[in-house]
Amino acid sequence: MSEAAQHQLIVSVSPHIKSEETVSQIMWTVSAALLPAFLASAYFFGPRGLIVQLVTIASCLAFEAFSQKVVNKPVTLSDGSAFLTGLLLAFNLPANIPLYVPIVGSFVAISITKHLFGGLGYNIFNPALVGRAFVLISWPRQMTTWMAPVSSFTSVDVVSQATPLNVAKLDGMAKLLEQFDGSKIQLYKSLLMGQISGSLGETSALLILIGGLFLLFKKYITWHVPVPFIATVVIVALVTGNDPVFHLLAGGLMLGAFFMATDYVTGPATRRGQIVFGVMCGLLTMLIRLKGGYPEGVMFAILIMNCFAPLLDRRLRTTTFGAVKKKEAST
Amino acid sequence: MKTGTFERGTHPPDSKEFTAAKPLVTAKVPKRVIIPLSQHIGAPCQSKVQVGDTVKKGQVVGQADAFVSAPVHATVSGKVVAIMPYPHTLGRDVPSVVIENDEKEEWVDGLTENPDYLSLDAEAMKASVRQAGIVGMGGATFPTHVKLSPPKEKKIECVILNGAECEPYLTADHRMMIEEADEVVAGLKVLMKIVGVDRGYIGIEENKPDSIKSMEEACRNEPSIEVYSLHTKYPQGAEKMLIKAIVGREVPAGGLPMDVGVVVQNIGTAVAIYEAVRYGRPLVERVVSVTGRGISEPKNLRVRIGTPLSSLIEECGGFKYDSGKVIAGGPMMGMAQSNLDAAVIKGTSGVLVLSPEESETPPHGPCIRCGRCIDVCPMGLQPAMLSVLAEAGMYEDMKEYDLMNCFECGTCAYVCPSKRPIVQWVKLAKMNLAQKK
Repeated sequence: MSEAAQHQLIVSVSPHIKSEETVSQIMWTVSAALLPAFLASAYFFGPRGLIVQLVTIASCLAFEAFSQKVVNKPVTLSDGSAFLTGLLLAFNLPANIPLYVPIVGSFVAISITKHLFGGLGYNIFNPALVGRAFVLISWPRQMTTWMAPVSSFTSVDVVSQATPLNVAKLDGMAKLLEQFDGSKIQLYKSLLMGQISGSLGETSALLILIGGLFLLFKKYITWHVPVPFIATVVIVALVTGNDPVFHLLAGGLMLGAFFMATDYVTGPATRRGQIVFGVMCGLLTMLIRLKGGYPEGVMFAILIMNCFAPLLDRRLRTTTFGAVKKKEAST
Repeated sequence: MKTGTFERGTHPPDSKEFTAAKPLVTAKVPKRVIIPLSQHIGAPCQSKVQVGDTVKKGQVVGQADAFVSAPVHATVSGKVVAIMPYPHTLGRDVPSVVIENDEKEEWVDGLTENPDYLSLDAEAMKASVRQAGIVGMGGATFPTHVKLSPPKEKKIECVILNGAECEPYLTADHRMMIEEADEVVAGLKVLMKIVGVDRGYIGIEENKPDSIKSMEEACRNEPSIEVYSLHTKYPQGAEKMLIKAIVGREVPAGGLPMDVGVVVQNIGTAVAIYEAVRYGRPLVERVVSVTGRGISEPKNLRVRIGTPLSSLIEECGGFKYDSGKVIAGGPMMGMAQSNLDAAVIKGTSGVLVLSPEESETPPHGPCIRCGRCIDVCPMGLQPAMLSVLAEAGMYEDMKEYDLMNCFECGTCAYVCPSKRPIVQWVKLAKMNLAQKK
């Protein structure tokens, strides 16, 4: 009894056990899934690519700390969310971008899009994508001057080249195929492996896909967003007589479908909402690609759908256990 | 053997290893027992004894006239030394009858044995159950005779015995199914007779293969009883999930098992029912798992109701650490205790002692809308939405998200990577809404 009396009792509400998974674990694992594409971008675009990556990530971390200090919140750099935003923003930039662009982009992404809306969990729009949209509109020329991949890490010859989507849009598929000796297989192969010009991280569809499959395997994401998104793009391409494989592999579709549209905070949380979200992202992407002024539509498609995420969660509710039967019983 | 499960749910470590292999032992009967006058859902009992009265084991010390109530009995023979508010495992102090044990262990007169109990008629059986003060012993503590009295228009088709014991750590039902298998089956047969059905099921999670084997053995000659092996998944033992797993029916939201023709009873309750009908014995003891990393010698104890938690801790070698949580019940739905003078009641299935590290409440962050809680909620709710609304104090809006269908199983809060205290908020919201009424 005396022993029991000395024992200090801790009291809290159930449940008294919690799973080991944490938010920072999720963020760092998603970042790790982008590692293959990160390394590939350094390989394809050389030191310049690496510099853009590091500047963007460092800026995002700095603005995260700054924004949290300003509003007297604890600084939470170790949760990995700002790091991940930096990584994703850099993936959306050309390798030869002037370095003030990623810095401004990081400010817009972290300080404005994320923290002005309340910080992690409260932002409506995907921070990396708003950062990118802002710099694309502010510096349209620099943001669309693409560097062709370099043949080795040490080579410094920078050749400007339009992206495949751009060429296909402005000059047609025939013109694009000329760059690949008229061989579609060659084009697909280059798109898959990343030997094309484009943003840092979205060039190799294959490496992004590997990262995406890793997240699926880890159950950090599910098929409910990426599969409807990608399938819609392919179906629209088929229906409109465009090359579905090209639309699948070119541009930022893989990155968008697996890493941006699946962002927890800015997408729907219900599975039904996610399917609609994915389909709508696919439709908007193809609408912009085929009819819009920009060659690529993934970014705007996701940003537009971000606005609808809360509405989708409200309208496409889960079904409460026993709810259907109750209705039947009352009629 | 048939298997089954329900949709969603989660897989916390089952942590049964502390006591799964430990046979039931009878705990020391304490010098004093504390009999709370409310150990059930429903009307609290009025004391039927005075301070100074001599009582015998099994004598009624508290009773209420209301139908939804259950009498409480002296669990030792001795003298009533106090009738006063006393700490209670479910939180608030509750008027309780304190009895000093004279260690004579004299049963009250007039307990009727019925060797031929199965030939009793259903009403007589039900009366025995009511007199014995039996309530749901899995923790819900709903008076059993009420559950066994469905209105005429609800046709009951089967009885399910709940041997899922999905709460981690707890092994009380597990051990009873091994050591008292025949009593369990006898109890089930009484139940089937009371509600007039010829279909009985026993659902057991597959992490208890020895229990499954033992129950199958005991049901060898019972063609009307079937043992189901259920997936080990929390909260498999929740009444609605159990029914879904075995008969495939969904209890309507806001409804009761009887709405789909099912009566569910806990394993311990079945044994108590058998003892009440066969021997006329009131409910005076139950099995309690005393377990966890914070207790020196985890045990499965047969405990006299009214035994203070501190006596059980002592019986199990005392605490291993100088701080920690002591939980009445399991880790998912049990109540952390603030006073170890509180006594074991009819619904106390376990006393779980956590180590200091395990007792820490991690700081919680914002909801990142990852949807894990939605994926696991056995009731198909959107806990993420409930948590955000509760945090903002928007309790009225929570009703639109079926707040009232949440039975606080804790699955959402268990999986939440932001460690949000979702159950705490849900309880708070329900309390607030109840006060407004």
